[in-house]
Amino acid sequence: MDRIPILKFGNALLVTIQVDMHDRLATTLEEDLTSKIVAHSARGVLIDISALEIVDSFIGRMLDNIAAVSRILDADTVVVGMRPAVAITLVELGLSLAGVKTALNVERGMALIEGRLSESEADDADDED
Amino acid sequence: MPTTKTERVEIRQSDDVVRVRQQTRTLAVEVGLSLVDQTKIVTASSELARNTLDYGGGGEVVLEILDQAGRRGLRLTFEDRGAGIPDIEQALKDGFTTGKGMGLGLGGAKRLCNEFSIASKPGEGTKVIIARWK
Ligand SMILES: Nc1ncnc2c1ncn2[C@@H]1O[C@H](COP(=O)(O)OP(=O)(O)O)[C@@H](O)[C@H]1O
Ligand SMILES: [Mg+2]
Repeated sequence: MDRIPILKFGNALLVTIQVDMHDRLATTLEEDLTSKIVAHSARGVLIDISALEIVDSFIGRMLDNIAAVSRILDADTVVVGMRPAVAITLVELGLSLAGVKTALNVERGMALIEGRLSESEADDADDED
Repeated sequence: MPTTKTERVEIRQSDDVVRVRQQTRTLAVEVGLSLVDQTKIVTASSELARNTLDYGGGGEVVLEILDQAGRRGLRLTFEDRGAGIPDIEQALKDGFTTGKGMGLGLGGAKRLCNEFSIASKPGEGTKVIIARWK
């Protein structure tokens, strides 16, 4: 069965969605990501959707689910590279992706994750005082 | 209304939903829809194709390029002979689902297109028509 590759990228995992995903592939990705977050103690998940021509409610729910599960496992999910036409369409479809952070590209997404990490390290340092 | 091109895609398995999206895209480009409008009708077609598969037990979509006095449009007719929808008004409400979805497919498809109509009879099946004009 085909799978979407998940790469380790610093403290985070990087997933680049390159194909028009059929439903089984999306479900497999959700499961694979969950186990890799644990295996690598990842603190963030970057999902690059710049190749996706549409995001429908099925993919939207997958992104929401990934974000929700990662959060429980103490990892942040950032969706990067959403095309403008996709963003406009999502709003009209009624998908808010409320639980998902977004960034323009992988670099900015990584900066978001690292930003959160250094904040929580600063908090830890405060606690020690 | 003059139809200048007609195509048909069967919806029997999850890969067919991908095929419906691709065919919708190809015809939307041929009609000359803007990128945003292409994206809207492809997204709507994805939602409706999945409904046909998941709730209608499979069916088909007919894709037509229309020409009304020089104005071009794309019309998609999804049809199945599944269980049908007992309460259409309720099914159209955002958030309503009898499955595991987000309940945004029907309402969303309606918002994403210029024309939307639905006919359904319990026990007989469901027909949803959408169109997007240039
Ligand atoms: N082709 C169909 N045949 C039977 N029932 C349908 C069909 N399409 C939609 N429905 C019903 O309408 C509900 C709402 O559909 P939709 O807005 O697409 O949300 P979702 O797919 O997330 O459930 C479905 O849960 C289902 O009960
Ligand atoms: Mg649906």
